[in-house]
Amino acid sequence: MLMDHYNYWIVVVLMMTGFYIVIAHGNLIKKIVGLSIFQTSVFIFYISMAKVEGGTAPILEEGIRQYSNPLPHVLILTAIVVGIATTALGLALAVRIKEAYGSIEEEEIQRQDNLDC
Amino acid sequence: MSASLTSMSLASMLQFSIILPMLATLAIVATGRKPNLREAVTISTCLVLLYFVINLYQGIKRGESISVTWWELLPGLQVSFNIEPLGMLFALIASFLWLITTVYAIGYMRDHGEHNQTRFYACFAIAIGSVMGIAFAANLFTLFIFYEILTLSTYPLVTHAGTEKAKRGGRVYLGILLGTSIVFFLLAIVSTWFVAGTLDFTPGGVFDANVNKTVAGVLLVLFIFGIGKAAIMPFHRWLPAAMVAPTPVSALLHAVAVVKAGVFTVLKVCVFIFGLDLLSVLPSTQFLLYLAGASVLLASLVAMRQDNLKARLAYSTVSQLGYVTIGALLATSAGVMGSSMHIAMHAFGKITLFFCAGAILVAAHKSKISEMHGLGRQMPITMAAFFIASLSIIGVPPAGGTWSKWFLLMGTMETEQWILMAVLMISSLLNIAYLIPIPFRAFFPGGGTSSAGIGIKEAPLASLIALCITAVGSVVLFVYPQPLYDLARAILVIPG
Amino acid sequence: MAAPLCLLLTRPRMVWLFALVVSGTAFLTSILLLQQVMVSGTIVYELGGWKAPWGIEYRIDQLSAFLLLIISAVSTVVLLAAHTSIQQEIPASRHRLFYVLYLLSLAGMLGIVATGDAFNVFVFLEISSLSAYALIALGKDRRALWAAYQYLIMGTIGATFILIGIGLMYQMTGTLNMHDLSVRLPAVEHTRTVFTAFAFIIVGVCLKLALFPLHLWLPNAYAYAPSIVTAFFAATATKVAIYLLIRFTFSIFGLSFSFTALPLQILFLVLGLLGVFVASTAAIYQTNVKHLFAYSSIAQVGYMIIGFSMTTATGLMATLLHLFNHALMKSALFLALGAVMYRIGSVQLSQFQGLGRQMPLTMAAIVIGGLSLIGVPLTVGFVSKWYLVLAVIENGWWPVAVLILLASLLAVVYVWRIVEVAYFKPPLAANESVTEAPLSFLVPIWILVVANLYFGIDTRLSIEVAQAAAQSLFGVSP
Repeated sequence: MLMDHYNYWIVVVLMMTGFYIVIAHGNLIKKIVGLSIFQTSVFIFYISMAKVEGGTAPILEEGIRQYSNPLPHVLILTAIVVGIATTALGLALAVRIKEAYGSIEEEEIQRQDNLDC
Repeated sequence: MSASLTSMSLASMLQFSIILPMLATLAIVATGRKPNLREAVTISTCLVLLYFVINLYQGIKRGESISVTWWELLPGLQVSFNIEPLGMLFALIASFLWLITTVYAIGYMRDHGEHNQTRFYACFAIAIGSVMGIAFAANLFTLFIFYEILTLSTYPLVTHAGTEKAKRGGRVYLGILLGTSIVFFLLAIVSTWFVAGTLDFTPGGVFDANVNKTVAGVLLVLFIFGIGKAAIMPFHRWLPAAMVAPTPVSALLHAVAVVKAGVFTVLKVCVFIFGLDLLSVLPSTQFLLYLAGASVLLASLVAMRQDNLKARLAYSTVSQLGYVTIGALLATSAGVMGSSMHIAMHAFGKITLFFCAGAILVAAHKSKISEMHGLGRQMPITMAAFFIASLSIIGVPPAGGTWSKWFLLMGTMETEQWILMAVLMISSLLNIAYLIPIPFRAFFPGGGTSSAGIGIKEAPLASLIALCITAVGSVVLFVYPQPLYDLARAILVIPG
Repeated sequence: MAAPLCLLLTRPRMVWLFALVVSGTAFLTSILLLQQVMVSGTIVYELGGWKAPWGIEYRIDQLSAFLLLIISAVSTVVLLAAHTSIQQEIPASRHRLFYVLYLLSLAGMLGIVATGDAFNVFVFLEISSLSAYALIALGKDRRALWAAYQYLIMGTIGATFILIGIGLMYQMTGTLNMHDLSVRLPAVEHTRTVFTAFAFIIVGVCLKLALFPLHLWLPNAYAYAPSIVTAFFAATATKVAIYLLIRFTFSIFGLSFSFTALPLQILFLVLGLLGVFVASTAAIYQTNVKHLFAYSSIAQVGYMIIGFSMTTATGLMATLLHLFNHALMKSALFLALGAVMYRIGSVQLSQFQGLGRQMPLTMAAIVIGGLSLIGVPLTVGFVSKWYLVLAVIENGWWPVAVLILLASLLAVVYVWRIVEVAYFKPPLAANESVTEAPLSFLVPIWILVVANLYFGIDTRLSIEVAQAAAQSLFGVSP
């Protein structure tokens, strides 16, 4: 019964893993990795949601009667692009933070900020 | 045809009496670099304003109704003006005393070498404009707007000196006035709007006869507390705090503009929002009456302990304002009449006292009462004026305060509030105790005081003239109170 | 939506003019749109010619037209000052980039408001957010980077939450069109999936709108971003999020579902009140004026949420009015701070000493803006506060009314701290030579300040539109 929806379990596990990493890790790069995992879990969720048992790619051709819902797949393509942009921007920021602070550890950065104040 | 013409012009006069001071502000700022020109602008504005107000007064006496609506701020809430006797009374006092105060201020400020005089006159003009707005407001909403403008425009006056002490005073001033008005007054206004559906000042009140007594009672408490300018005891702290201001400001604040705007609003609310009939049956009225009574007594007691002359006068004002509130809350015609007359009488009396305090500061550089022994020799005219004004505050003939106290006492008797009557009596005794010794010691210093023998050295002439006028005014109001009496009675004639 | 073109122009001045033209055109268009919507009702535009449930459509009703107007107006006015402001705060090589990002962000926000498709909301949200992160990172201070990074993490989590919510909704209904969703959702509204979707979306949106306690990203992001960016975002970004909140709860899920499924009403009320108090108190203790006003923004969001939580037409109207009014005052305030920054190079409170004399017009603008925050009559702040209190009393929540008004006292305190420093202390020796801000600052600042006063005196426009929008939302919801 539970295993019927194993795809959702994977999604949930991935999502929580990613979320945990974002919250728990002080390293900026690791945070971004966590964020990516978090986002990816949502992508998988969309993709698996649209999968129809026994369906193929939605091509208008003879012999294909049953096909997966194409819309979520298209949507998630957009979301993946957005995700990439986010990751890129996050990494770029991390690089510049490294330049400015000489560290990518959250605690270290906050310590330096407190010194500034 | 001609009648409509005059009422047209009266309506525009009404508008101008509010706009004019505001315009004068611009002119004052523009002429700021030339003191003579600037003061000429101020004085002429005062004169024109007084002329307008007197014209309006005559219009009212002829029984014309004058009202103007500016625009609708929120649906159903208009900024509009309407003249009725009480507002007229207030406007007359304010515009007349503004003229006098300006004359006085010119002497005082120049002699005292104050800085930022332009800002001073400019804020002064805005304050008077908003006082006019308060006096003529046709609904609670308009009144509230000008009430807030008044608070804000007097803030720079209070903090005029710019010192740390002035700043602290200003903070208390603004905090209490803005705080009470936003938290209580605004809440009360919105609730009234919600309960009654209108905020117009209506003779007999806006509430239905079957309005929930508890709600109305709570509203009344909110109003009385919200009108912080009336300085009822828990919210009176701003008044002594505002004492750091230059004396003409104190005179304006304590005799004319701010406090009178407060008690005026209390009166307006009592008479035209609640209506006397409703007021007399509300459960909270009694409580507030005792609160006001306590305010009268306690403030008088505190006043006795003050050595700083201005602080003593400030507490005296707190106590006198309590009288007006009591009169309004008594909800009888004698009480309301007494209150409205007391607004006028106290205005003249207290402004004279403050003028004297300022004159003493300028001429003899003294602000402590204990230093004023024998000052009567040096400044006989000032001290004589002080004496007359004290009489008026106490309520002894031949000064104007007699009449208003008389009516207030009548009011307490009518409603059989014996405790309050006793409070009024005791407070008058206390007035004697804290006011009379000042001129008395000044004239009869007893043995061996140092300040005697310097010879006569009076305050600047402009200031001296001003304080004489107001002192004489107090006496005139005793001898000839008829117009005032008529106006005060007219307040209640219209509802009837 | 013409951002890419910016890259083609090389000279910064040209870029600026171009951006201004674009934004101005958007502004004019939104005025026309608003007029049309007020007269004839909802406008629908089908992108690419596909019919509604399948194609993506743009759908503009009174609410969105109102928001479009606010956003484009603020953006245009703020841009007026941009050219001067960024000279100091952003290295010249990045000027073009700045305008590109700015326009992208503007396009994203306008898109969110205009679209009628739930997934499109997510796309536009990310467009505007990504450009926002980058814009904030342009700040001079290195802390701007850190602030942008934090914002990025929080913002992405929020956006992903919204994405999950949208996905769940799609799963249940098979449509992404907002209008379609609102028709189909009631049939399935008792399933647990819909609850989950709703919860995800609400949390995601609340992250974006910086509702207490999800506000942690906001103060730093506002404080260290370039002044222009702050002025723009303070006026618009949280507003867009509130729009989303209203859109999702009222139009899509429907009133009866939204407020019965979860204890939203009490939740929002409490959070709103807490937000107002905590943020106002925090504002009092700030030494950086930008921080101070950033916290005040959180408090103002709290007010809007309180209005929203009442679920009455008056409450919603108060929220919308405050949306409009707050946009006016905050953009004016932050622009004025930008002017101070331009002259002094810092917005620490201690640096404000004596500015009342040296920059009288700028400081007067701050004072008026501050009075508006407090809610003094004749300013816009008063109008919205009036309606908020009225709405609360209509609901019979007396204690809330008292609390709202008490909170405005806190505003008095933090505004007056600035006033006292600016007017009562002598100027610092280092700032002796400081003079009034250049005209390119003063003009936009005073446009906004005058708007503050004008809409506080003549309230017909804002009230009429807010009322129409609120009523239409209640008309739509079953």
